[in-house]
Amino acid sequence: MERTTIDLWVGIFVALGVAALLGLAMKVGNLTTVSIGETYMVSANFENIGGLKPRAPVKSAGVVVGRVADITFDPATFEAVVSLSVDKRYSFPKDTFANIYTAGLLGEQYVGLEAGGDEVALKNGDKITQTQDAIVLEKMISQFLFSKASEETKDSPPAQASTPAESTPSDSTKMEDDALGSNPIDAL
Amino acid sequence: MIKRSRLRPLRTLGHAFIKRIWRLGAGARLFWLTLISSGESFRRLHLTIREVYFTGVMSLIIIVVSAFFVGMVLALQGYNTLQRYGSSEAIGVLVALALVRELGPVVTALLFAGRAGTAITAEIGLMKATEQLSAMEMMAVSPISRVIAPRFWAGVIAMPVLNVLFCMVGILGGYLVAVPLIGVDAGAFWSQMQANVDWRLDILNGVIKSVVFGIACTMIALFEGYDAPPTAEGVSRATTRTVVTSSLVVLGLDFVLTSFMISL
Repeated sequence: MERTTIDLWVGIFVALGVAALLGLAMKVGNLTTVSIGETYMVSANFENIGGLKPRAPVKSAGVVVGRVADITFDPATFEAVVSLSVDKRYSFPKDTFANIYTAGLLGEQYVGLEAGGDEVALKNGDKITQTQDAIVLEKMISQFLFSKASEETKDSPPAQASTPAESTPSDSTKMEDDALGSNPIDAL
Repeated sequence: MIKRSRLRPLRTLGHAFIKRIWRLGAGARLFWLTLISSGESFRRLHLTIREVYFTGVMSLIIIVVSAFFVGMVLALQGYNTLQRYGSSEAIGVLVALALVRELGPVVTALLFAGRAGTAITAEIGLMKATEQLSAMEMMAVSPISRVIAPRFWAGVIAMPVLNVLFCMVGILGGYLVAVPLIGVDAGAFWSQMQANVDWRLDILNGVIKSVVFGIACTMIALFEGYDAPPTAEGVSRATTRTVVTSSLVVLGLDFVLTSFMISL
């Protein structure tokens, strides 16, 4: 085969490969959304971060405004220190509230920022003081069970109250029996 | 004294083991020689480009067709399970991650070993059997820098390109099944995919895998051809060994690479 034809085919081949890689990066991967550009770092302390992971999104009003850069443990306060890198285009007031939310019931966890009313904006290296921990499902379930159990112990003294409730179904079945018994007579 | 015949199984075991080790060492030596004498394959680039044509461009059809079907089947099977949990929108993520992380590099490497690896082995084995390689040495042309190295670099270049094409075509196949055929929302398909496929951790790691597989597959094919007994039977056996060894090495390497990439 001619050398020029081979060159042409190899050129097409490599160009296709580069195009596919670009396609993967832009269309399939999140290269466009990851490169937020200029960011500033803010940190926040949480008592419990649940299942929050680095690179989790930071959202405000549901819009991704940054990513979780790093999660460390502070041995002095026994708290988790979460550093957030937030897009420089968005500035938040100093009294912004940081929550850890879960997307859906069992979905991934993300940091939600709720803006406060302060005039001063957060700067690079600042710390968000108002935080709310992640909701741990097991904890909630155990709390729910405990409260249920304590309710039941409160309810247990008036035990006779439940007996009339039990008697009503038997009454109704008797009524139904009567009705069934009377039906054939009606038919006759 | 133990009879000599009693020791025979042990001796055959030892012989087989030594032979394996010897082949491993010879392969490593050939790899090293290829690396240090690969200057010519870049100075005379048309040698390498020619081989990229034969290993890469000629493998395009089988790669594209199998990628398309793999993507479509993945989407069908994934949808079957996902819709039970009411999360059929996650089908895009499933197809993309499965292809980019695992199936793309591995299936491309297996197909490459079958399509291009065997061709390389048979070609070099036949060159050896017809004493073309000896003739080159007689003319003071190094067969390693003239024949082996261009093919090696061509394989290393072609494999990642084929891999990304495989991933892209597979995702397209998955899209065609998921969106027009099944009726998953197109926006959810792409946006879930983009939210969960990472550029560095998923795509770049897949490409790194395919580069490693490219080195392994091409080197095995070259070594089997270079080492083949110069007979018709020897070349045919070497070709078979290329496919078997490449496939096993690719699967083993895939496990090792994945375990490294997951822990990072």
